[in-house]
Amino acid sequence: MPPDATDSPIFARNVPGMTRALQAAVVGIAGCGGLGSNVAVALTRAGIGRLILVDHDRVDISNLNRQHYFQSDVGRLKVDALADHLRAIHPAVQIEGHAMRLTPDDVPSILAPAEVLIEAFDRAQEKQWLIETWSGVFPKRPIICASGLGGLGNTASLRIRSSGAIHFCGDGTTDMSQGLCAARVGVVANMQANLAIELLVRDGATTDAHDQ
Amino acid sequence: MLTINNRDRIDWREGMTVRDVLDAMGYTYALITVTVNRTLVPREEYETHAVPDEADVSVFHLAHGG
Repeated sequence: MPPDATDSPIFARNVPGMTRALQAAVVGIAGCGGLGSNVAVALTRAGIGRLILVDHDRVDISNLNRQHYFQSDVGRLKVDALADHLRAIHPAVQIEGHAMRLTPDDVPSILAPAEVLIEAFDRAQEKQWLIETWSGVFPKRPIICASGLGGLGNTASLRIRSSGAIHFCGDGTTDMSQGLCAARVGVVANMQANLAIELLVRDGATTDAHDQ
Repeated sequence: MLTINNRDRIDWREGMTVRDVLDAMGYTYALITVTVNRTLVPREEYETHAVPDEADVSVFHLAHGG
């Protein structure tokens, strides 16, 4: 039984009711780059109980312009480095790291406990199969995706569009060929985290994740 | 009549598929996610999935970057 963190002074300034709801929640994060690493930090600071992190990659020096890693992480598996950083924020956060390239076949097993999935992949083809696979296997559970976070500025173009349990954060058009800026990627990552928190706190466990 | 992305309206006709809607809207993006009445339609079904009259269709463009 994990320790009860709802009384932790870390979360003394949280919104009332938020810590208890988040402590019971499980969120999956597919990809631990510019989006996923920053979403994980935001959710950990908010008091999330358990995170399932999936990423096959290692930290590269060029990641440091936007991803939540440090010089000393270069060469480490992202899931390992990120787990250390998250535990440095909140030691009781439960981290399940999978250093692997996720495939559609893995989704029903590895991500089964997740009530909400954060889509944080780089490539659009991977976003597409992840959305289709998740929606096919867990049609009632939210998936919070990102599309359109490249370039500079134009903050007002960043928005959330939703259809059923599928949500998209970003401007929907810009891509990484325009370059990636920490501030803009961070805005989109925090839009994803903010929506996940809202769904988990406002709606509670409305998904089927707890029924299995 | 169909509503596209909560904004555009196009005429509906009998037997209209997701592909017909995409063509009618002039969408050329290769990588998209489509929902019909808030339910995802897999890309393998774009040519066969019949869109009912009065449906809400959402098309999300998937841009690289994460």
